[in-house]
Amino acid sequence: MAKAKGAIVVDTVRCKGCGVCTTVCPTKVIELAAEVNGKGYHYAYMANPDACIGCSNCGIICPDTCITVYRAKAGATA
Amino acid sequence: MSDINTIIKPENLIYKRTDVLSDNDLSYCPGCGHGTVHKLIAEVIEEMGIQDTTIGIAPVGCSVLAYNYLEIDWQQAAHGRAPALATAVKRLMPEKNVFSYQGDGDLAAIGTAETIHACNRGENIVMIFINNGIYGMTGGQMAPTTLPGMAASTCPHGRDVSHDGEPIKISEILAQLPGTCYVTRQSVHTAANVRKSKKALRKAFENQQANKGTSLVEIVSNCNSGWKMTPIKSNEWMEENMFPYYPLGDIKNQ
Amino acid sequence: MRELKLMKGNEAIAEAAIRAGVDGYFGYPITPQSEVMETLMAEKPWETTGMVVLQAESETASINMVYGGAGCGKRVMTSSSSPGVSLMQEGLTYLAGAELPCVVVNVVRGGPGLGTIQPAQSDYFQTVKGGGHGDYKLITLAPASVQEMADFVELSFDLAFKYRNPVMILSDGVIGQMMEKVELNEQKPRWTEDYINENYPWATTGKKANRAKNIITSVQLEASVQEEFNHKLQAKYRSVEENEVRFEEVMCDDAEYLIVAYGSSARICQKSIEIARAKGIKVGMLRPITLYPFPTEQLMKRAKQVKGMLSVEMSAGQMVEDVKLAVECSVPVEHFGRFGGSVHSPGEVVEALEQKLIGG
Repeated sequence: MAKAKGAIVVDTVRCKGCGVCTTVCPTKVIELAAEVNGKGYHYAYMANPDACIGCSNCGIICPDTCITVYRAKAGATA
Repeated sequence: MSDINTIIKPENLIYKRTDVLSDNDLSYCPGCGHGTVHKLIAEVIEEMGIQDTTIGIAPVGCSVLAYNYLEIDWQQAAHGRAPALATAVKRLMPEKNVFSYQGDGDLAAIGTAETIHACNRGENIVMIFINNGIYGMTGGQMAPTTLPGMAASTCPHGRDVSHDGEPIKISEILAQLPGTCYVTRQSVHTAANVRKSKKALRKAFENQQANKGTSLVEIVSNCNSGWKMTPIKSNEWMEENMFPYYPLGDIKNQ
Repeated sequence: MRELKLMKGNEAIAEAAIRAGVDGYFGYPITPQSEVMETLMAEKPWETTGMVVLQAESETASINMVYGGAGCGKRVMTSSSSPGVSLMQEGLTYLAGAELPCVVVNVVRGGPGLGTIQPAQSDYFQTVKGGGHGDYKLITLAPASVQEMADFVELSFDLAFKYRNPVMILSDGVIGQMMEKVELNEQKPRWTEDYINENYPWATTGKKANRAKNIITSVQLEASVQEEFNHKLQAKYRSVEENEVRFEEVMCDDAEYLIVAYGSSARICQKSIEIARAKGIKVGMLRPITLYPFPTEQLMKRAKQVKGMLSVEMSAGQMVEDVKLAVECSVPVEHFGRFGGSVHSPGEVVEALEQKLIGG
């Protein structure tokens, strides 16, 4: 199993489920949840967390700025 | 999953919401490029350390409430008049950073005179122009930038150029004016384009600080509600249809 | 002693603006008021006080430049004449809606349409009854001399900032173009940004760490919030009506008839009073200096004394409606005036007085 290099935290309350983040993720980490949030949107979540490389593409494109991105320092053991 | 919890720690943080953005939820539709551009402006303001010296001018249109989303001082203008407000604010307070934020109807239809003359005088301001080819807020009417054949609620059979004229390439017109120092057309539909747009915005604010004249940053953007598409589909449609007419890149860079 | 100069009314506006420490003037040429900007450009106040003077691409642009400057707490103004002021109506309602202080000078000419370049007073309705959309008021001062053209600039800014409301100086082509001696104030400094931040904390001078962001806007998507805001505006207007009524009375003590006239028409009527009194007609004049707020109470007081009132204005009859409303049908109220660019003579006014009120 690949070791995750990055991780994201989605503000699922703020997320509008537009799905734009899913199109810019190079490792197909993100999907829209089957459940909906309080606004009725299928919010984004890490469906494939092990593949995250912490590139931050999802964070910078998110129109509602509801994704925070973390990346393990090179050499650090996760 | 234990991997993730060890990664999510303060020292590993590489991207978070800037404090220049307010905590308010955006009023924009899901996937709308307005939000991404707002965020980029906020990040540029934070990185340049100019939050306390920046005044934004909000337009009429979807972004009429832009002042709710960035934690800076704002003025909200009458439809199309943002460049006139920005002109006065900058001339009266030359040490401040002033930008207008306008859509295509605001900047290229009702406000064409204010736009052209602010650029022609070389007002030392940043003009941010969101071009989504439609009037979003009023419900999807034809804009000055609506593509030939593109349907909108006031041209439901598609824009007929023999009736309505060709869409206006206002940025190319403004680039002709000696007062503009920087005219660029960007987009925010991919991560790479977002990064380029942010660089363009930063450059525009730096031009203002260097007293170089008017900088215009056009962002070709989507309007999934107005175009009646999903957000992802609207970005694809934009690439296929908008970019051939409105090619991305610098139009003028002096 | 203040400096004495012989000046046109339009020049006096410009000179007074510089000396009052005004921060900015934004305008567009139109007869009969182009001397305002011409004087400013010739004086080059940007080299002395730092005042910004800019010729805009239209009256629409200049009033919106005024909006931008006013939003920063700066003392900014524009001037124009009737067709140009019509173009400014959008900006004026936005200024009123955003509660921004500014001064707008209208050197009125004959209309409607492009009309004439000769003087008129036919923009009264536009000025005091709205002009733009929505429930708003412009505090309106009507100068009757070149001296008042000069004095009302500073007074207008004082009122504008006191009430956070646009102020209109409603002049006309006679006052704008005629030359008189005028006493000018000493040069005052422009306000510093610290002064603005301290006294006008709503100004958009850049968000300081110790305060919330400032937003200048007139949009409220919630009807209930907009209604609440309108109540606030109305309360402000009631306060203006209570505190800012200004008028002048001439020979009213023994008057049996009252002329009501403002601006250049009031000057003409001064002579009419002389002619009428020589004929044994006891006539006086009430000259509203503020057209909004209107001297309603004083007119009602005089209505108990006189047999009739004549509203003399260079229009087809506009202010006369407010005079009638003020006296609540307690005395006959008639209108007289030449209009469309023509100016009545003192004799014509006396004739009208005799025919419409005394003979009738």
